[in-house]
Amino acid sequence: MTIHEQPHACPQQLTLKDFKSSVEPIWCSGCGDFGVLQSLQRALAELGRPPHEVVVVSGIGCSSRLPAYTTAYGFHGVHGRALPVATGIKLARPDLEVITVGGDGDGYSIGGNHFLHAARRNVDLTYIVMDNRVYGMTKGQPSPTTEADWDSDAAPGGTGVKPFSPLAIALAAGANFVARGFALDVKPLAAMIVEAVRHPGFSFIEVLSPCITFRPEEMEWKKSVERGAIQPTSDRAMATAAVLSDTEMSTGIFFKGDRGVYREAPKGHGDAEKIAAQFRVGGNAHLAPVDSGCCGGGRTL
Amino acid sequence: MSEARKSVAIVIAGSGGTGAITAGSALLAAAARDGHYGLMTKLSGAQVRGGEAAALIELGVDPIEAQPDRFDCLIALDWQDVHRFAPEIPLDGDSIIVCDPKNGAVPEAIARSGARVVELPIAQIAASVEGGRLNMVGFGIAAELAGLEPEAVDDAIRAMIGSKGEKAVTASLGADAAGRAAFAATGVSMALAPGRKAERWMLSGNEAVGLGALRGGITFVAAYPITPATEITEWLAVQMQEHGGRVVLAEDEIAAINMCCGSAYAGAPTMTITSGPGLALKVETIGLAIAAEIPMVIVDVMRVGPSTGIPTKSDQGDLDIALRGTPGDAPRVVIAPISIADCPATTERAVHIAEALQTPVMLLSDQSIGQTQTIIDVPTERPTPLKRLTVPFATGPDFRRYQLTDSGVSPMPAPGTPDCQWVADGLSHAESGHPSNSAAIHVAQLEKRKRKLETFDFGDGWGDVFGPADAPLALLAFGSSVGPAKVAAARLTEAGTPTRVVALRVLSPIPKAKLSAALAGAKRIVVVEQNHSAQLYRHLRGEKALPHGSESFARPGPTPFRAAEIVAHLSQEVAA
Ligand SMILES: Cc1ncc(C[n+]2csc(CCOP(=O)(O)OP(=O)(O)O)c2C)c(N)n1
Ligand code: SF4
Ligand SMILES: [Mg+2]
Repeated sequence: MTIHEQPHACPQQLTLKDFKSSVEPIWCSGCGDFGVLQSLQRALAELGRPPHEVVVVSGIGCSSRLPAYTTAYGFHGVHGRALPVATGIKLARPDLEVITVGGDGDGYSIGGNHFLHAARRNVDLTYIVMDNRVYGMTKGQPSPTTEADWDSDAAPGGTGVKPFSPLAIALAAGANFVARGFALDVKPLAAMIVEAVRHPGFSFIEVLSPCITFRPEEMEWKKSVERGAIQPTSDRAMATAAVLSDTEMSTGIFFKGDRGVYREAPKGHGDAEKIAAQFRVGGNAHLAPVDSGCCGGGRTL
Repeated sequence: MSEARKSVAIVIAGSGGTGAITAGSALLAAAARDGHYGLMTKLSGAQVRGGEAAALIELGVDPIEAQPDRFDCLIALDWQDVHRFAPEIPLDGDSIIVCDPKNGAVPEAIARSGARVVELPIAQIAASVEGGRLNMVGFGIAAELAGLEPEAVDDAIRAMIGSKGEKAVTASLGADAAGRAAFAATGVSMALAPGRKAERWMLSGNEAVGLGALRGGITFVAAYPITPATEITEWLAVQMQEHGGRVVLAEDEIAAINMCCGSAYAGAPTMTITSGPGLALKVETIGLAIAAEIPMVIVDVMRVGPSTGIPTKSDQGDLDIALRGTPGDAPRVVIAPISIADCPATTERAVHIAEALQTPVMLLSDQSIGQTQTIIDVPTERPTPLKRLTVPFATGPDFRRYQLTDSGVSPMPAPGTPDCQWVADGLSHAESGHPSNSAAIHVAQLEKRKRKLETFDFGDGWGDVFGPADAPLALLAFGSSVGPAKVAAARLTEAGTPTRVVALRVLSPIPKAKLSAALAGAKRIVVVEQNHSAQLYRHLRGEKALPHGSESFARPGPTPFRAAEIVAHLSQEVAA
């Protein structure tokens, strides 16, 4: 059995519907994020974990609204901090399936530091970024992946600043699975999410997700996306070279690594009174056996 | 000079590497074995490592709760840069300075105190013992001065050095004995009255907070290092290897508190630990935790601010941010231990309150509590455990995470519970947890969260009253200001002005009924705190929790609050 085939607890027969909530998305009609939502719901159904064993975590942005649109447990936190929240959930409860979602602003700007450290820490999480190369929610400002010459009110004539490559950064920081998908290719994206979730450690999927309202030209991605050009490798240097020489429009899995995941918590005796014994001094402290509950009871403080 | 005393205050100082702090710790441990109490503050130079260091110790037959006004003795292992500590080591004509003439004249800044100089060839004494070190000679001098029993002194050395092997123990015992003999020959003594021998605890406030966290059931800690709070994180990281639980070193304080949001949401009792600058970074997420009703304990070991301030010195200037830091209306629980001895129970209680009320609890410690080492009676009081309400009232479509209840507390099932899925959200939300912009719903949820705090019974934990309960003069204090206020009150009472101290443990929500009962009958009320802008005074006044005419005595760090200045302030005001 390879690591990619690790069994998950009691798979059930589930369908996309089991993950569809009654909450109406606030997204503009035609927003790429609908495709990501559908892909995720499909993937979760295929993974077979019931909704109550899944937690979807996000920050703030149009894309970050996603958790309420699934029937899983969810955490819609503050802007940029989804990955630390997801890290806390997974470390406290390794039995849960934890999926983190958000936008390019949320994950690469304000949350950029957490992105680096989540990849480095390699907790068993899946991180899906809906990259529309714009801050959609705040009505169209350039993000770290926006082209340098993209004109907007916030940066007339463009920022003049070169966008960075989230995939190269993820690879450099130590992510264990790195892929790019396209929001409107629902079936392949769902399959990619399934693989990412099954892969141990920090799995990162950058999804090209058009913002029909502030970047209508991104609807052309339907044509410009290059499908199936990428072969996965377990060689980080080769994957990085492939990412950097790419047009940034290829979809597929670039890298599947085998880095060890973040270590487990120590399992101890759980007896605080044994720990308290180190403070004893004088009297018969050096003779007294270490027993628990010596200071129990007493008045309510 | 030779009649038995109730206390003696000693400084052991020397340049980096001489081991002055080790000698101080040994002295405290020896005193504890001899049935005495004690308190030790450490001073170090600005260098990251290896600068001058001093251990400031007061030993006594009764518990020591504040730094002394003055020191009886300074033992200088050498003079290199020790003069820099002069302002923090008040000496006077009744004090003595023990030093080695080989090290040259007493520096002017210290000599000017008028203290009597007792010369001893410290280096030569150390050299006369194989492997003998200066600091163990200094320790022996201090032990002899305080009149500690040789047996207790030897025991302390064995307990401290034992792990380094028999040779090191022999060397230390020899150097200590030589130091004691040499000092005995001077005929000077400030011997303490005999102590009451009993098992006690020796620990720092930071360790005591760590213990309270374990006792309260904390299993997840995320933090970023910052002085003077780091020791709590480190202590827990080490102890949890044996006890169980996990400390995550986050990439910054924002990550730390958000990790805590995640672990607490997932069901784990959770804590983050920081000091002022880190707390400033956490405030946005504190608002999230309050709005989404996520329990956690946020420890702030206060230091002198604003900004980087003076990282190694104490101040109580974070009260404002602890009470109100975050956008919007976000009432919260703020509690502060009133002494080192109070840290375990108050921290444990903080965990229970956070879990019971599903809200962040701010635990305000400060450098003076956190980094001071002390000897206390074994604490016997433990709070009654309280748990999170996790069982849903209904499941499926009828489950409402933020259901409006009389107590304001609603069920918080953890992920993994079938048919209760809910989304924690910082957006204003309805009972279901779904986002909503409705004014009525928004206000109902604001009221719910306020009601949780207001209907909760803090019981006896609200605070404590010390001294004559009907005293006409009342000092009101929190945190590390309580200790010096108590010493000042005892002195005033003895001198004919009965004075009580009201120590406030719960700072928010203000326990108004309990506080007003504790202040009843007082003719004069003075709020004593260590910050520049009278934050506690303004808080209590703003909430109409203080009678008209109440006064403020607010004085910022970095110098430690001393009883004498409180007494002086009060007499001055009376005279005026
Ligand atoms: C601390 C903070 N700063 C700024 C904002 C305003 N804000 C909300 S969403 C957003 C950008 C979202 O961009 P992205 O993550 O790309 O999401 P999108 O809307 O494009 O899906 C900003 C700047 C905020 N909510 N919180
Ligand atoms: S603004 Fe853009 S990103 Fe936001 S919902 Fe509309 S299309 Fe989607
Ligand atoms: Mg975006």
